[in-house]
Amino acid sequence: MGTDDTPTVILDVANDMFEISGRSLPEDVAAFYNPIIDWVEKYNQSPKVKTVFNFKLVYFNTASSKMLLDILMKLEELFHAGKDVLIKWHYAEDDEDMKEAGEEYADIVDVPFEQVAVA
Amino acid sequence: MMGTNKKDVKGYLEFVYEFYQSMKEHEISLVYEGEITHQITKAFTSLTESNMAKEEESNLVQKKVFHVMVECLQNISKHADDFGSNDFMFSGRGIFLVAKGKDDYSVTTGNAVDNSKIPDLKNLLEQVNSLDKDELTELYKKQIKEGRLSDKGGAGLGFIDIKRKTGRNLNYHFLPINEDTSFFLLTSTISRVA
Repeated sequence: MGTDDTPTVILDVANDMFEISGRSLPEDVAAFYNPIIDWVEKYNQSPKVKTVFNFKLVYFNTASSKMLLDILMKLEELFHAGKDVLIKWHYAEDDEDMKEAGEEYADIVDVPFEQVAVA
Repeated sequence: MMGTNKKDVKGYLEFVYEFYQSMKEHEISLVYEGEITHQITKAFTSLTESNMAKEEESNLVQKKVFHVMVECLQNISKHADDFGSNDFMFSGRGIFLVAKGKDDYSVTTGNAVDNSKIPDLKNLLEQVNSLDKDELTELYKKQIKEGRLSDKGGAGLGFIDIKRKTGRNLNYHFLPINEDTSFFLLTSTISRVA
């Protein structure tokens, strides 16, 4: 479960649920995100036929932004390995900054990317 | 400072009143001096958030102030151990102020830095200040992509983020403390009118 400074992370292969949501400004970004990055790397060795990864962040600091990119790059590897991968980037429809953040990530990584505006 | 001498006490209390008046005059709503930790960062951001919510500040302005506060405070807390010293000036301590004016919020930090770091800091700040919105976006993307960050996050990305979120230049000033160190002051403003 997320806290006021760390996001909620769901990595549930059985139910096809992959999601990072909430706020991200952990005290130690590496300690928080490295296990997630490692998990995705492991998952890539025996992935599902299709992987839909949801990002539902309302805030992340710059220290987290690099770690989020690392996760996206792992998913890019999966896509380059010929697997079906989709990133869904959810943002509040009035949150221009979060929308732009999604667009920037979509520019950087080569992986199917869908922007989802939430009312 | 707090002697038993009545005159001393009176002088001190008069100073406190002047300090209070000075804060009012500069519209300072939060001032802190001391160690800047993750807990302090969380406490100040949540305090400021609830004040802004109470004053019915727009969500957009609240978000921007939050962003700037976090990046400014983390600049100090993350570089706390760079000096490898327990000296009070070098242990992630500093001052932190939030002021609320009619048109803007301002977030100001001050902390001791080793003089050897000043040229890099100045270059970074001047670079960020010289770039427009699109150029900043490109620089931001380049920096996170190349991973040119320490595991501490890197001040560069924080400065870029502040300018992108506020659309305004970062003002800074270095004042000498002694021959090896200076006091680094940094202030950012956030418009209250969207």
